[in-house]
Amino acid sequence: MSQLWSSSGPRLTGFLCVLLVVSAHASRDAGDPHHQNSSTTHRKAFPVLSFNYDHVKTPFEISLWILLALLMKLGFHIIPRVSSIVLESCLLIVVGLLIGGIIKAIKQTAPVLDSKLFFLYLLPPIILDAGYFLPIRPFTENMGTILVFAVVGTLWNAAFIGGMMYGVCQIEGAQLGHVDLLSCLLFGAIISAVDPVAVLAVFEEIHINELLYILVFGESLLNDAVTVVLYHLFEEFSHAGIVTVGDAFLGVVCFFVVSLGGVMVGTIYGILGAFTSRFTSHTRVIEPLFVFLYSYMAYLSAEVFHLSGIMSLIACGVTMRPYVEANISHKSYTTIKYFLKMWSSVSETLIFIFLGVSTVAGPHAWNWTFVIFTVILCLVSRVLGVMGLTYIINKFRIVKLTKKDQFIVAYGGLRGAIAFSLGFLLTNNEMKNMFLTAIITVIFFTVFVQGMTIRPLVELLAVKKKEESKTSINEEIHTQFLDHLLTGIEDICGHYGHHHWKDKYDAYVKRWLIVGERSTEPQLISFYNKMEMKQAMMLVESGSAAKLPTLMSAATLQNIQQKGVPSRRAIPSISKSREEEIRKILRANLQKTRQKLYSYRRHDLVMDPFEDNVSEIRFRRQRAEMEKRMSHYLTVPANRQETPSVRKVCFEPENKVYTYDDSESPRGRAAQPSPRLPDAISLLSKSPQRPNQTSALRAKGSTELRAKAPDEQEEQDQVKLSRCFSDPGPNEEEEEDGSFLS
Amino acid sequence: MGALQSLPGQPEHIDLAEKTGFSLEQIGVLHKRFRQLSHNEETLRRDHFNEIPDLACNPIRAQIIEAFFDKRNYRQNGEGTVEEISFEDFLVVMSHFRPPSVHMTEEQRESVRREKLRFLFNMHDTDNDGTITLEEYRHVVEELLSRSGALGKETAKGIADAAMLEVASISVGHMEPDEFYEGITFEHFLKLLNGFEIESRMNIRFLNMDTTTLCK
Repeated sequence: MSQLWSSSGPRLTGFLCVLLVVSAHASRDAGDPHHQNSSTTHRKAFPVLSFNYDHVKTPFEISLWILLALLMKLGFHIIPRVSSIVLESCLLIVVGLLIGGIIKAIKQTAPVLDSKLFFLYLLPPIILDAGYFLPIRPFTENMGTILVFAVVGTLWNAAFIGGMMYGVCQIEGAQLGHVDLLSCLLFGAIISAVDPVAVLAVFEEIHINELLYILVFGESLLNDAVTVVLYHLFEEFSHAGIVTVGDAFLGVVCFFVVSLGGVMVGTIYGILGAFTSRFTSHTRVIEPLFVFLYSYMAYLSAEVFHLSGIMSLIACGVTMRPYVEANISHKSYTTIKYFLKMWSSVSETLIFIFLGVSTVAGPHAWNWTFVIFTVILCLVSRVLGVMGLTYIINKFRIVKLTKKDQFIVAYGGLRGAIAFSLGFLLTNNEMKNMFLTAIITVIFFTVFVQGMTIRPLVELLAVKKKEESKTSINEEIHTQFLDHLLTGIEDICGHYGHHHWKDKYDAYVKRWLIVGERSTEPQLISFYNKMEMKQAMMLVESGSAAKLPTLMSAATLQNIQQKGVPSRRAIPSISKSREEEIRKILRANLQKTRQKLYSYRRHDLVMDPFEDNVSEIRFRRQRAEMEKRMSHYLTVPANRQETPSVRKVCFEPENKVYTYDDSESPRGRAAQPSPRLPDAISLLSKSPQRPNQTSALRAKGSTELRAKAPDEQEEQDQVKLSRCFSDPGPNEEEEEDGSFLS
Repeated sequence: MGALQSLPGQPEHIDLAEKTGFSLEQIGVLHKRFRQLSHNEETLRRDHFNEIPDLACNPIRAQIIEAFFDKRNYRQNGEGTVEEISFEDFLVVMSHFRPPSVHMTEEQRESVRREKLRFLFNMHDTDNDGTITLEEYRHVVEELLSRSGALGKETAKGIADAAMLEVASISVGHMEPDEFYEGITFEHFLKLLNGFEIESRMNIRFLNMDTTTLCK
């Protein structure tokens, strides 16, 4: 089967290439039949079928390109071994090269990576996707480091490369004497910036630990302001020819204006978006559109004033996100997530293919000296810059950056399509082609060589990988606790530190931007609900496999209850009403809770099982089951007197220790299996009616019908449940469960 | 420099600096604050803390205040609580929030970590018996959620239960149905918060700088 696919994949794409070429051809000829028709005088028969390509030319070609790009992507993942060795972005560039070659061979004009197309249509989705799902905590914790790398690092790169290239150009034999200092500096500015698209494409596949990821990626996002300022600065200067001190000073001012202005514009739009989302409870369908449009407007507005559009977009996404997520429905959240991932995926694919096509198509001026020195200098300046800056930064950091970290940060400084587009925007002169060639070479070098070797290097150096985040409720509790503790201590000291301000901000702003009672919901509760939801979903998904999550497998609530000496402490009586409340809360929150998925990686999205499998009916049916299991574990298993038959089996070891007041009515199910497991199983299977009845009592009407149905499955589950309990070896369990929680 | 001029009992402060690790400037600043809070008396009492306006809306205010009066935090292996504290005790408690200094060996960092976690542990273990029982943990979570009213109480119980289950799983692994998990001991607590990086999180940043402006 897979063979069939793998052979038809390339064939299909080959067919599409041909179709594309034919359509390019046909677009020229399409005009003729019309002319012929109008020039003849005698009446023709009514045309049943006619060919009019011009009409749909543009959307047709665009769609065809996109379709082709996506089919390529599909093809790579079907062929099993290729995608594990070669990076997807490399493959896409190669495909672009091929297509460019084909188009050139038939002497057509290829679509080039037009800067306008790139900056206005292709780049924003990627940046918005990155910004919206940016992991905030590591980002703000490392903000200082990221800013130093972004600003100082880029400036250093630009200055070093520009200056050294000027020196190289002065060498006699290179025929580069016509390149002046300002042009070199301009070139340096263009090529010095680390590119977010390329970094995302590469780092997504290597699953590196969060700190390094956020350092390199954050740097690539924030250096946009520097790039914009330097680019415009040097461009203006190279026209004017002379630089004065005043101009340099204005340049510095411009940098602050560009970056802070961009952030401000983004924040304003973000707040607007958050505020709008407060009122969308009646028109849920258009909620995602607000997010997209406000963000896009932020980007465009910033571009109007030559502010940093990327920073504006990031600021908008980051500002908007917590409030929007609290206000919108679960479906809208899913829609936003999927659309962003989809658009950014398409954009990225198109960018790389176009890069390949433009390489073949564009006018080139190859100069060995220039190109080789550019590549070398890029590497050298990056390494020097990172090492030097880390030395300084480490004096201020508590968690130091090790040599390995430095290496990865330096090696991960990839250049990409932004550099190319900026180069494309240069005014046409003799140097432009040379610059473009050098830029393309550097991009190819970084993406192919560095991109492909970074994965084995990460393995070789044993760099810490991204940890599968086990949702630990204890850590969450202590995070909250620590936050409040530090705020309190700051208040005692009388110092208005950032905890204090954050607390005040949270208290006031949230009331404005979050609708209804969710504004007062503490994070701990939402975390807990999210975790319960996740576990419920896991139970639903695992269905008959009945693997228990770590939380509940190894120990049960009974093991934790206080010793059976009632006099020392006040033993809480777990009353039925409290039980009912927990269950009510759980049920209510299952309907409302959104799953905060910290998926800022596109690959995570692909493997998310939740969205695909849940359908309404099955969900409700399995929810009833799951509720029963939940009550099983959260119930203090003291209420055993459901039926006389149950009690007869006599869970003696447990009865000794409970002194709970159990005069309440029957519970949902008999509790933990005793050491005598076979009895437990037979007991439970003996009375299948009981659980169904009591759960029917408790559950709402809709589930009653369903509860009766999966009897067999239930029994099977119970067997497996008890088997899990008798399993030894926490190691084994943890391994299994680890994969579930990840 | 105003701080140095008006410092009474300068040699005392040098002693304190050595004992707690603060710099002289930081001690001067904290001393000023101490006097402000205590209305120029020699000792602080609980009602002085209660007067701080910003602290009033903190959900775990009671526990924070208790921590200052808890002898276990004075590093003298004492137990029980006191009614009023001197400046020295105040400083010792505050020193738990110093960031680890830059040049530290692995062991020193580990001991700083233990110290900070011990502070947290003492805050949870209110009856001084060396374990955090389910009841105490429930109390912690309830306090954290105390701003949410009635909803908080019920969910707090559920959360605390789930948390204890997790601790039991991590610390003890598989348990027979008739075994007990009595409470979180300090060792289990350490193991639980292993990945927490508390030495870099539990710090008050201003202690790094010399600030002479204090807001009331």
